[in-house]
Amino acid sequence: MHPVLKLIAQRLALGILLLLAASLLIFAGTQILPGDVAQSILGQSATPEALANLRAELGLNEPAMSRYFSWLAGAIQGDLGTALTNGQDITKSLGGRLKNTLFLAFWAAVVAVPLAIFLGLLAVRFRERWPDKLISAVTLASISVPEFLIGYVLMYIVGVKLGWAPTVATVYDSMSFLEKLNAIALPVAVLTMVVLAHMMRMTRAAILNVMQSAYIETAELKGLSSFQVIYRHAFPNAIAPVVNVVMLNLAYLVVGVVVVEVVFVYPGMGQYLVDHVSKRDVPVVQACGLIFAAVYIGLNMVADIVSILANPRLRHPK
Amino acid sequence: MMRIPPAALIGLFFTGLYFFVAIFAPWIAPYSMTEIVSDIPWDVASAQHWLGTDNIGRDLLTRMIYGGRTTIFIATAATILSFTLGSVLGLTAAVIGGWVDQAMSRFVDLIMSIPTLIFALVVLSVMPVTMPILILVMGLLDSTRVYRLARAVAVDINVMDFVEAAKLRGEGNRWVIFREILPNALSPLVAEMGLRFIFAVLFVSTLSFLGLGVQPPNADWGGIVKENKDGIVYGIPAALYPAFAIATLAISVNLVADWVLNRTASLKGGRG
Amino acid sequence: MTDALLKVKNLKIGARIYPPGEKPKDIDIVHGVSFELEKGKVLGLIGESGAGKSTIGLAAMAYGRGGVELTGGEVWVNGREILHTSRADLRHLRGLEVTYVSQSAAASFNPAKRIMEQVIEASVHAGKFSKKDAEGRARELFAKLGLPDPDNIGDRYPHQVSGGQLQRCMTALALCPEPDLVVFDEPTTALDVTTQIDVLMAIKEAIRDTGVGALYITHDLAVVAQVSDEIMVLRMGDMVEHGTTDQIINNPREDYTRDLVSVRSKQHEGQAPTDNPILRVENVTARYKGTNFDVLHNVVMELHPGQTLAVVGESGSGKSTTARVITGLLPPREGKITFDGRELSADLNGRTREDLRELQMIYQMADVAMNPRQTVGTIIGRPLEFYFGMKGAEKRKRIVELLDEIELGEGFIDRYPAELSGGQKQRVCIARALAAKPKVIICDEVTSALDPLVADDILKLLENLQKIEDVAYLFITHDLATVSAIADSIAVMYQGKVVRYGPKAEVLSPPFDDYTDLLLSSVPEMRLGWLEEVIANRKMESAGN
Repeated sequence: MHPVLKLIAQRLALGILLLLAASLLIFAGTQILPGDVAQSILGQSATPEALANLRAELGLNEPAMSRYFSWLAGAIQGDLGTALTNGQDITKSLGGRLKNTLFLAFWAAVVAVPLAIFLGLLAVRFRERWPDKLISAVTLASISVPEFLIGYVLMYIVGVKLGWAPTVATVYDSMSFLEKLNAIALPVAVLTMVVLAHMMRMTRAAILNVMQSAYIETAELKGLSSFQVIYRHAFPNAIAPVVNVVMLNLAYLVVGVVVVEVVFVYPGMGQYLVDHVSKRDVPVVQACGLIFAAVYIGLNMVADIVSILANPRLRHPK
Repeated sequence: MMRIPPAALIGLFFTGLYFFVAIFAPWIAPYSMTEIVSDIPWDVASAQHWLGTDNIGRDLLTRMIYGGRTTIFIATAATILSFTLGSVLGLTAAVIGGWVDQAMSRFVDLIMSIPTLIFALVVLSVMPVTMPILILVMGLLDSTRVYRLARAVAVDINVMDFVEAAKLRGEGNRWVIFREILPNALSPLVAEMGLRFIFAVLFVSTLSFLGLGVQPPNADWGGIVKENKDGIVYGIPAALYPAFAIATLAISVNLVADWVLNRTASLKGGRG
Repeated sequence: MTDALLKVKNLKIGARIYPPGEKPKDIDIVHGVSFELEKGKVLGLIGESGAGKSTIGLAAMAYGRGGVELTGGEVWVNGREILHTSRADLRHLRGLEVTYVSQSAAASFNPAKRIMEQVIEASVHAGKFSKKDAEGRARELFAKLGLPDPDNIGDRYPHQVSGGQLQRCMTALALCPEPDLVVFDEPTTALDVTTQIDVLMAIKEAIRDTGVGALYITHDLAVVAQVSDEIMVLRMGDMVEHGTTDQIINNPREDYTRDLVSVRSKQHEGQAPTDNPILRVENVTARYKGTNFDVLHNVVMELHPGQTLAVVGESGSGKSTTARVITGLLPPREGKITFDGRELSADLNGRTREDLRELQMIYQMADVAMNPRQTVGTIIGRPLEFYFGMKGAEKRKRIVELLDEIELGEGFIDRYPAELSGGQKQRVCIARALAAKPKVIICDEVTSALDPLVADDILKLLENLQKIEDVAYLFITHDLATVSAIADSIAVMYQGKVVRYGPKAEVLSPPFDDYTDLLLSSVPEMRLGWLEEVIANRKMESAGN
């Protein structure tokens, strides 16, 4: 087998293994309580009868391992159980919300990725001059600011004072595409700002790293113009690190979604997860945790596979 | 005499100021944390109430001062926990190597494969949300980051000839870790401590904002944002004050950490 | 004046450096250097590190590397001044008139593109040749430079050919656009000595056949003597001496040049082995963890008290691995190490403190062999404390004694490694080893990172200390000049085996085995015509076979 295929197969296997281990960790994370889940859900004043009922419903009388495996088997077949709070099928409630979250994350990525790469290139082009320094300063500020601050500042200025965009991002199925876009304008703006700085800075570092290689000097000494040096020699080597940067930041974006959805009351997965954490609805939390982890692990895996594919040493072995 | 660049000086000043206010909060705050001082929610700023009042008429400045105390306390405690645990385990793993290193590193990989916030939410969904639990959860989760950095830095130093020379001399692990490796790893680790502290501040604020951190009537800055967020749509900026406090604290610490990292000379470039 | 291909007038070069924790400082690298080069001639630029030779070479392309700036003077190429010319003209100059061969071809080739594409890029891009013609010319050059399979080697990626081959590909890259001048910047320094001679030969023939002019930059006078018509000696950014190769080598005018010519001519009179070796490596076979092949095969050697055993070999020969086995860092699969009549534990952890004390080590890179956060006093004092329990005044007295022995003196006791020069650092490492009062010191390429004159001083110091302290050296090196300068016995290693072993006089006298013959005949000698002789000899031999 070609060594690249072998490496990719290995990385895929590792991803699956990691996902399984993560599922175990998420499951274990809800079992580490000194008392038991039923007690903590119902509180100290619960009657023994209610406790026993809940325990039976949760299957707490069975050993933890068998509960884990039946949960996992269900999850693999798309059955994530039922919510404790309203008895609804979790897979069903999650479906629409996952779609909303991905819709939001997708548009944030569409805005943020090209912008970040463009600004990263700009910072490299004007290195150590004011555009670079400005970008540096903005980055420093933006990694120091919580997502909800950006959210409320935008909501306060753009939504309330200027009235350009809705302050609450309500979407429902009957809305037209443009109406939906209008509704998510502010959350998309916030998410973009959240990942932009990181992505820009990492892009800048990745490209600078390539630009400082000896083969770039060789290209300059061949009498190529700076555009050709970048296009022919820097670009092919910069793709992999930049794609890597993008993937890592998309993974980060998925987490940022949680807070932004709460700020703008957006009916997505993040909001759903946070609501049910407060209600101590363990099956829902486990299901959401598993899906978030899967997306995160998946994106990291894609980043690694791109690096493998882009490495000429691996593509053309000796 | 060491020259401190102006940016770092500003950072040091504000970091110091925030910590001072946090430590002496009971003497500085004009009112008590829970006292309702006005009948009007979101009363405007006045001579008595410099920042106005909050959603149920408590003095906002007082809430801010006590909230800062809570935020800084939790973040500091979590940072100390994550930092001590992460760096000791990271350095040890790098020096000992072998299966101990493998086991710890793979476990850390696993924890880090789940986003921190998501994992914290999963755990907090069954845990009683108290301050010690918050500190423990944040500190433990974050120690994985410190572990990775400490191990990476130590692995780089561990392969250098001067460490090999010490091992060939017959020095024990304690000498190698504390006398040979640690002095050379200190600068990046101290800078990282700043970043971990910022992360802890943002993290606890986010949890409280989501209603899963510090519980009422106590509040940290994130909690104050949550209490007052409904005012935003009416054009009342009360929720923005604590958010700005978080941002300025984080930026100040960042400026200091940046300076520490920059003045770190490389191993070859002198004592720095 | 229009005849000169390259004319440099009063060239001044500066750079901005950023010392940690201080304001940026402007320093001068080259202070006013002038020379001329005629068409088709080769000028060797020679000097130690910091002489400014590479910087001057790149100035012929109007290029400043990193923060380097060409601050004054004039550079004329083909009758026009190039420091103030237009960008378009500069591109023409760099693409077609002056080209560059760097020290590390491995880093200078773009890893993501095929070799051919990169070799022909400049000529095709500038419209000098069509793609087809350029490829034809490249194949011719590949053949001329002695590359295997010249018709297809261009289809490979840089990582798919060896270091020596890639260096020749880089020469082809430089020659492809038919330039008037090629700047060779230490093109053979990173290569093993038996590879170096092939590349050197290829470069010399290519220069002769194409009639191109060249600047040949190197720190090795013996190498430059083989390829250049004239030599210019540089030191700290100033010209020391400029003359024909013959004059510089055979009749140097300046003291500094004389030192450079006579460097590495030091000889050591070898002593006969004794009856009781202090260190014996017995039938050692070893491999690295996680690999499935042996890097050492049945290695046998002995070191006698107060003497020096030189272990010679090129990269990959297993010489450093042998040192790791002896120190216990890499326990062997088979065989054993005996020291002073007793068998040493294979693993470092099983050795007693006394075992460790008696066997010390000095490293190639003194830079990283000392903890940068410890003072010289702490570095030398720790073994005293650790092995002998010395403290306070007693310890300090001994440290000062050791500092005197390495010719540094008490003033260095509170300095940090970063405040020392390369040679001084290596001296401190020697003092640290001596502090343990060892019977054997393993010296792993201790002079290869140093400039030749400094290296000579270190060798003399080691020889003196051997007499005073009666210590034996196991000297690992790739440099045969070092071997003659210090060894009593020699072990020649090749691909993990000892191929020749014995007292120095025996090892260095014929009849030789094939590898030792190749190795010895490949070491550049400080005389004119050496390279031609070797080439002629080798051709005769291969014709005779």
